[in-house]
Amino acid sequence: MFRRNLFRGGAHLPHLKTTADHPTVVMPPPNKVIIPLLQHMGVICEPTVQKGDFVQVGQIIGDSTKAMAAPVHSSVSGTVTNVDFQLWAGGIQVLTVEIETDGLQTPLKTLVPPTITNKAEFLAAVRASGLVGLGGAGFPAHVKLSPPPGAKIDTLIINAAECEPYITSDYREILENSSNLLGGIQLLMRQLGLSRCIIGIEDNKPAAIAELKKVCGRAKGVSVMPLPTRYPQGAEKMLIWATTRRSVPTGKFPSDVNVIMMNVTSVSFLAEFAKTGMPLIKKKVTVAGPCVAHPQNVEVRIGTPLKDVFAFAGGFSSQPRKVIMGGPMMGVAQHSLETAVVKHTNALLAFGSEDGELPEASACIRCGRCSDACPMSLLPLELHRAALRNNLEDLSKYGTMACMECGCCSFVCPSKIHLVQAIRLGKTQLRIAAARTLARAEGAAK
Amino acid sequence: MSPKLLVTSSPHLRAQGSSQGIMLDVILALIPALGAATYFFGLTVLLPLTFAVLGALAGEYGMRVLVLGRENRLADLSAIVTGLLLGMNLPPSIPLPLAFLGGAIATAFVKEVFGGLGMNFMNPAMGTRVFLFLAWPSLMTSWGPTVDGVAGATPLAILKDGEAAGQALPDLFHLFIGDRAGSLGETSVLALLLGAGYLVLRKVIRLDVPLVYLATVGLITWTFGNKTALFAGNFPVHLLSGGLILAAFFMATDYATQPVSRVGKVIFAAGLGLVTAVIRLYTNYPEGVSFAVILLNCLVPLIDRYTVPKPFGAPKAAQRA
Repeated sequence: MFRRNLFRGGAHLPHLKTTADHPTVVMPPPNKVIIPLLQHMGVICEPTVQKGDFVQVGQIIGDSTKAMAAPVHSSVSGTVTNVDFQLWAGGIQVLTVEIETDGLQTPLKTLVPPTITNKAEFLAAVRASGLVGLGGAGFPAHVKLSPPPGAKIDTLIINAAECEPYITSDYREILENSSNLLGGIQLLMRQLGLSRCIIGIEDNKPAAIAELKKVCGRAKGVSVMPLPTRYPQGAEKMLIWATTRRSVPTGKFPSDVNVIMMNVTSVSFLAEFAKTGMPLIKKKVTVAGPCVAHPQNVEVRIGTPLKDVFAFAGGFSSQPRKVIMGGPMMGVAQHSLETAVVKHTNALLAFGSEDGELPEASACIRCGRCSDACPMSLLPLELHRAALRNNLEDLSKYGTMACMECGCCSFVCPSKIHLVQAIRLGKTQLRIAAARTLARAEGAAK
Repeated sequence: MSPKLLVTSSPHLRAQGSSQGIMLDVILALIPALGAATYFFGLTVLLPLTFAVLGALAGEYGMRVLVLGRENRLADLSAIVTGLLLGMNLPPSIPLPLAFLGGAIATAFVKEVFGGLGMNFMNPAMGTRVFLFLAWPSLMTSWGPTVDGVAGATPLAILKDGEAAGQALPDLFHLFIGDRAGSLGETSVLALLLGAGYLVLRKVIRLDVPLVYLATVGLITWTFGNKTALFAGNFPVHLLSGGLILAAFFMATDYATQPVSRVGKVIFAAGLGLVTAVIRLYTNYPEGVSFAVILLNCLVPLIDRYTVPKPFGAPKAAQRA
């Protein structure tokens, strides 16, 4: 906290942004897309199409009546060949819609730019667009933009930090689409009645900073704030602290400290949607890693199987051992190349054995590097110990639930202990215990 | 083409470096002090050092592998570090079997029985030194003649009761360079600081604990060090003598036996300074560093308990989870 705009802890990671200078290449639609109906944090959508239906580009194929959901659209035109559960990353079975492409990419005729004259219409349009947080978490955007009635939002923060190694999809979006970004920012500020917007970006991206200053920096109320490059600068709570000096209380949301944070690509998509009415059906994805023949950013139709994306990027130069959706710090290892790109996929990385296999853990020497690196000021070594012993008292005493799983502790540990993995286990133990207590209380009430 | 993919929990990236590397850094950082010891006390000091290290290796292997039936972890180098640090805390004239025994006690009974590396609650070298000191007091305090033939008493012993008997203190320069009586690895402040500087550069240790420790000793010995007047104590001699510098940079910074949080570390260091100074000034012992270290080691769980850091974003009233 001695340096300005720097949160506590964190880690210096290798940047590995090998794809930064490659303009995005548009990938043609694949023969078949696999679109899961859960592409957001929240409740899974109900399918609105069935096997044999003909669908067009932008047509809704899944929707939900629940608030914590965003509709899912077809990214191609063609025939639905299957609606069934499929094993998805994270080991869960997810209902997916498989569509065989007819190659014509016929857009749905009824798609028109939304009419936005007031906030209610704006929020309805955001929901209809299918937008979720494209930074990686996939939080439904219309929920994020509807803070609780009491909140007095005064600042819009645009997250352009992109602090994970390898990923450059937001960076390319800034360079290639800055006018849309400005349009999106102005739309948001107007509709939410905000006069201040801060764009937070790490200072290792001078070209993007220059572009942002040129295009957005002159707009009224908008400022570009270069921040020290340190992971996890792009984490919600860290970036809010760095840009506004406000700390989001444990278990609360940005709206509790009067800010709304949106990812750059999300904002720029909003402007595009306002112009065309075409919902979220494609995504810029960084395809990189030591096993990828031609690392680059690819604009991909949502639902494109991973194997097709890698094949488009020149295939594998060597046998991959691990394939990650997202960055190497928080991304999810995929069990198969038959899964597909979803709305908030920002990177696909392929690692060989050398980078993919994790080293053996040795004894904890209590050096304290994990707690020094923890941006949340936790004691990962104590959480690790408590989790392995299923010690609920210690797990809650040491604030396990505040962990955001950024991975800094595991990264810096000289003994290569799988700290985050153990902490995840600890969180689950606490959740199970809380559910049991609740069930018991309900049982007693009856 | 359907490669078999490995699925692991994130993060998928690890920093360079290892615990073994940290131990190697500590060994490298001790080399200047070992060199100074050889220069001032002669090549023969390498014998007790070697025996202490061999004892430490034998103690760890014996207790860990032969008695407890666990896997052999000698390769993590921590036993060598323990042996070296113990050796540096022994008088140059220590009988070799005693050095070997000390090394074995340090790893077998202070470290491995408690679970080995990272699990011991007491610094093995310091704990063992105190044991040897209590068991063989005369052997552990017979310093032998130094290079220039000045006989036996350490500067702290002279400071305590020798000045009255007409013994002169070495000047500060000699204390800094290290040609004075003392345990074989503790005498050269210059060499110890070189090693400590290396550890700081390598980010193996942080300066908070050593500096707070030294500052506390300096402050108390300056304030109360003179029996006739306040603020007239000979604090430079206190800082440069005894095992203080060695302990401050190499024992107090021992990861396993210090508190985890930053605040805890500062409390720990101030406690070390207080106990060291009080023993030096008000007890029958001229030196109190080893007692201070093992006493504060025992307080670490208590300090840890009251210094759990507040998570980022936690409400002021420390409401966790």
